[in-house]
Formats: sequence, structure tokens, C-alpha cells
Amino acid sequence: MELHARKRIDIVLEAPVLKRLTDLLDRLDVTGYTVLPVLGGKGHHGVWSREGLPSTAGAMVSVTVIAAEENLDAVLEPVFALVKRHIGIVTVSDVAVLRADHF
Amino acid sequence: MSILDLAVQNIVSPMVLFFALGVAAALIRSDLSVPEAAAKLLALYLMLAIGFKGGAEVAKSGIDATMALTIGAGILMSFSIPVIGFALLRLTTRLSAIDAAAVAGHYGSISIVTFVAATEALKSLGLAYEGYLIAVAAVMETPAIIAALLLARRGAPARPEGESTSALLREVGTNGSVVVLVGAFLIGWATGEEGMAMIAPFIVDPFRGILCLFLLDMGLVAGRGLRQGGRALSPALIGFGIYFPLLSAALTGLLALTLGLSVGGTALLITLAASASYIAVPAAMRLALPEANPAIYLTLSLGVTFPFNLTLGIPLYAALAQRIAG
Repeated sequence: MELHARKRIDIVLEAPVLKRLTDLLDRLDVTGYTVLPVLGGKGHHGVWSREGLPSTAGAMVSVTVIAAEENLDAVLEPVFALVKRHIGIVTVSDVAVLRADHF
Repeated sequence: MSILDLAVQNIVSPMVLFFALGVAAALIRSDLSVPEAAAKLLALYLMLAIGFKGGAEVAKSGIDATMALTIGAGILMSFSIPVIGFALLRLTTRLSAIDAAAVAGHYGSISIVTFVAATEALKSLGLAYEGYLIAVAAVMETPAIIAALLLARRGAPARPEGESTSALLREVGTNGSVVVLVGAFLIGWATGEEGMAMIAPFIVDPFRGILCLFLLDMGLVAGRGLRQGGRALSPALIGFGIYFPLLSAALTGLLALTLGLSVGGTALLITLAASASYIAVPAAMRLALPEANPAIYLTLSLGVTFPFNLTLGIPLYAALAQRIAG
């Protein structure tokens, strides 16, 4: 089966900023993204968990974007400009996709 | 009834005891937890119910000049409390300007659950209150956020493009809790007693039980916050979390002398001014002042001021209101 190399950007981000990030991704040249809930974890700001919170403050979400390598900087730069002041993690990894025309 | 009797009666109410149970469970590291989605639903229910009740009450009693005056007083307090709080924090603690502004913003805004708990306490004292106080609660959410941003402006780095204050205010103004609170108030106002009779089995009868469940969850979150974020709070900051609500209450009490509200209404206005937000403002501060440490403002608001208001604050505010308007 033929596989196609792409870049996967994972952004774990504090939940209040999610809408700003997805609004930005909507404006950028990406074909889509996936938002996942995150249960809890530990980082520079200590232990956190989304259990029981009535507010989005304190909760985290994860957003995954798949992009072609030539588009990577065009996506990553504005995304990083948005999220760098906030609590979060941005990683880029190599992945293979089956349907090249989707990404 | 003496202040002491009031306080004892308040502390042994199921609502406060369930909150204490939540705190205790978190401190002994029990696995008791309320799922996030359930917590949001409970909060939504409480806002829908209190908003509707307020609206239905206004439909019955009508509106008057006192309503406009009280709304104006609420906006004034919400805007000025953060300024006073900021000055005190900078004088008495080592918080940075940004952290102090973020904390001060929480105290200018309101906690709707503290308000709800106060309405229950008033009910057990047989005190009525003006339904439009719920509208006052709604208008007091945002001015404090603007005040916090203005206070932080000097210390904050330049914001990236696209993060304008108007965009932030739109995000805060369309916040789900504000929409359901104001929406339910308007629906209650429009449908009046007839509407109330239709949905009373949903919003009146189970109200206290659901409030207990929500407060159990708040106790768990507050206890967890104290366990994990307690180190972020200095003794001076913890002191602020207790004396500052009392100061806000006293100032609002003076203002209330000019308003002509009932005893119950005065107690609620004082409670609103003394309460600190832990739903709307933390989310707004994460957006607008991401450099401010959330462990400080969330733990102080939910872990110190909320329990203080719930146990001792509300009876004190009711007693103060009796002196002012009784």
C-alpha cells in the first residue's frame, strides 16, 4: 500500500484558547484538524485535571493538524505566535498518511 | 437572631456541609470526583433556575427606579473593587502587577454560586429579595475584567495582533454562563407566574439538592486546588482572600444606604460585591493575561474566599443588611 509522508503538529493547549486556535486554523491553509479532550497531566504549572471543573480555565485540550512539509512553516509560525504566551506543548512529528489528497 | 445564630444555622445547612465533605474528600485524596461534563451541567442548571426565578419575580413585582439605580451601583462596584484590591495587593503582597491585576479582577466580578447560596440562606430566614438582583449579578461580571486589563496594561507585554480588548469582551459577553443567566432571566420575565408554574417542579423543588451536589464538586475542586496550589499563596495573600470581601461588603453597604432596597436585596448586593469569580473571570484571564499565574487566582478565589463567604460571609452580610435596611 502506498504511503505519503506528512508532518503532524500536536498542540496541547489550555482550553480557553481553543476557539482562537481553531479560528486561526480555519483561516490558514490547512485541510482540517482534530480536537481531543485531555484528562489531566503535570507540567511547569504543576498537576492539573479537568475533573469537576465548571470553567474552561484549568482544563486542557489537544489539537492535531496534518500538513504537507512545504506548508509546515506557514502553519507553525502563526500557530506558535498565538500559543506561545499560553500554557501548552507544541510538537511536530513525521507521519505517513494513506490518502495524499486529504492533506 | 444574632450573628452567631445566623452563622451556626448557615454552617450546619446541608449545602455547606456537602461543600465541606468535598474539601475533606480531596484532602484525604479520595477518588471521589464529579465528571467535568456533569459539573458543567449542574452549573448550567443553577444559572437557568436562578435566572428564571429572578425574571419571574420581576414580572410579578414590576420594575422601578431602584432597579436602574441598583444596576448602576453594581457596575460601579464591579469596576472600582478591582482598583482598590490591586492597590492593596501591591502594598501588602509581593505579587507582580499582572498577578495582582488578575486577582483583583476576580474580586470585582461575582460568584453566582455564592449568590445562589445566599438566596437559600435568605429563604431560611424568611427574607424576600428583589428579583432583578439577578440582572445586577449579570452586569457585574464584565466591568471587573475591563478594570483588571487596564490595571495590568502597564506591566503587560504588547499583545499580538488580533487580541484586541473588544474581541476579548465579545468572548466574555457571549460566555455560556452569561447567556444562560440573562436568557433565563428574560424568559422568566416574559412568561411570569404562568411560566413559573409550568417548570417549578424542575427548577424549584430539586434546586437545593442539585446545589448540594454542585457544592460537593466545588469542595472537591477547592480542596484539590488547596492541596496542589496552596504553596502559591503567601499568608498575606490568604489574609487578602478573607479581609478583602469584608471591605467590599462594607463599601457596598455604604452605597446600599442610598438605594432603598429590601433587607434581602441589600444582603444579596453585598454578597455579590464580596464574592469572587471562579468560572467566567479565570477563563477571561487565561485569554487576556496568560502571564498571570492561575494557581494564585483560582486557589485564592475558590479555595479561600468562596469557603469563607459560604460559611461566615453570608451570615455576616445578612446581618449587615439588617442593620442597613431593617
